[in-house]
Amino acid sequence: MPAFRELSQHISDIAENGIKAGANCIEIEVSEDSAQDLLSLIIRDNGSGMSPDMVARVADPWVTTRTTRKVGLGIPFFKQTAEMCGGTFTITSELGRGTSTGATFKLHHIDRPPLGDLAGTLLCLIVGNPQVDFVLRYQRDGEVFELDTRDIKAVLGEDVPLSDPEVLAYLRETLQGLPQGVA
Amino acid sequence: MKSLEELQKIKERALERRRLSAENARVRIVVAMGTCGIAAGARDTMKALLDEIERKQLADVVVTQTGCIGLCEYEPIVQVKVGDEEMVTYGKIDAARAGRIIEEHIVKGTPVAEWVVK
Repeated sequence: MPAFRELSQHISDIAENGIKAGANCIEIEVSEDSAQDLLSLIIRDNGSGMSPDMVARVADPWVTTRTTRKVGLGIPFFKQTAEMCGGTFTITSELGRGTSTGATFKLHHIDRPPLGDLAGTLLCLIVGNPQVDFVLRYQRDGEVFELDTRDIKAVLGEDVPLSDPEVLAYLRETLQGLPQGVA
Repeated sequence: MKSLEELQKIKERALERRRLSAENARVRIVVAMGTCGIAAGARDTMKALLDEIERKQLADVVVTQTGCIGLCEYEPIVQVKVGDEEMVTYGKIDAARAGRIIEEHIVKGTPVAEWVVK
């Protein structure tokens, strides 16, 4: 199994599945609820989606759509991490509509990997996939952080790339507004 | 949270810089971000590339991501294409190596031969 040390790496990996499936919008929801001892992650894409048969088999490590290597490990690995931490894994998909992948974790489970560098992960996803819009919603016990890259791209227009140094600084500083601490 | 008004000013300055420069995307960098790349630390590699671009104010570099390119054992993989030159594929590029690629290949124009995988 690949060694992911952070839940952010799973987010990046599942988002990449959506991008490969042709999504132009990916929504990421992170929710921390200390009263319920629950951390939940949802990654929703509007890519090509999967057939019910593929959805049923997708948590099996011997299934992949990729042609460069035969074994797809991202989803089984995400599922295993959630179940190891007293949580659950769900995936729903519809052909032509997209896929939603979710996992929950007991917030204080001893084996739960940290959320890690979510700001850095988002920065790389946003800049590295300029054709894709990202919507991030992070909730922690009522505190909410939201980012929708469509707002940013509407201001920048077509001629200024996201990897412009001043735009990079703007994105980095905006993402520093994410809640810091526990997860 | 930074404001969108501030972003509007950033856009105007960026457009002005781009009017003055001859080539807008002189350098294209691609970071492989499949499961294998992520597990090998590709995000920190990409963050280091972006940090250097910001620090050195390189306005003519575009960095994008791709999935697994079938060279999993060499991850993190970074591909660099400067102008019309042939694309160079680097293997096992961690954050520290990313900084040297920016300095030597992108700023000074000499690929770092020892890390080239093909």
